[in-house]
Amino acid sequence: MTDDKDQDRLEQQIDANLKKVFQRTLDEDVPGRFIDLLEKLKEADKQRSPNDK
Amino acid sequence: MTNDTEARDPREEVVEHLPAMRAFAASLTRNPAAADDLVQDTIVKAWKNFDKFREGSNLRAWLFTILRNTFYSDLRKKKREVEDVDGVMAASLSEKPAHDGRLALADFEKVFAELPVEQREALILVGASGLSYEEAAETCGVAIGTIKSRINRGRARLTDLLDINDDDSIELTDQATMAVVSSGLSVRKNTG
Repeated sequence: MTDDKDQDRLEQQIDANLKKVFQRTLDEDVPGRFIDLLEKLKEADKQRSPNDK
Repeated sequence: MTNDTEARDPREEVVEHLPAMRAFAASLTRNPAAADDLVQDTIVKAWKNFDKFREGSNLRAWLFTILRNTFYSDLRKKKREVEDVDGVMAASLSEKPAHDGRLALADFEKVFAELPVEQREALILVGASGLSYEEAAETCGVAIGTIKSRINRGRARLTDLLDINDDDSIELTDQATMAVVSSGLSVRKNTG
């Protein structure tokens, strides 16, 4: 029983740190290169099929 | 004019998943520049294959699958793991972090980087990014049991590397950690 509780707490602790590591990148501004790339891809799509939305 | 009742073009939603893609890529590559290159390659591949995306399925999981496949494909080409250029990992291998019963984030990151990549990705996908076990299994192309096993082994390895044992006072310690836990981070409870 105690072991299970310790295990649960340990898993919580590990997951909390995983989330912090993950969240730190989530909180970063997305580099402009990705926005530019998406715009270029959309533009290329439009030029390939001008009748498509 | 757009009709709000129509399903959104998934291409328009990619931008919303960029932060998560970057975070997942960083967990795989352990190198911010390589992670962003990986995300860029993933976007291009996804764009070429959007006709294969099943409407109504989880776009993030689909993007993660492409990202992951691209990562492993690159690894196979290089025939070796991403280099540990600055020696951080080598240094961390030589000593266990000092700790006072807590998991300092810097220590945690060091030992997390030491895990085998398949354990890192399983832990990040389920433990941090909010995918279900099923979605993580599909993303990695393995059985659900394999994902669970990798997560269990990853946690056990983290415990070992962090030198945590039952004699330690394991506390959910600092306020930042508690804030993350209580916020839930939109992570679904995984019961699978």
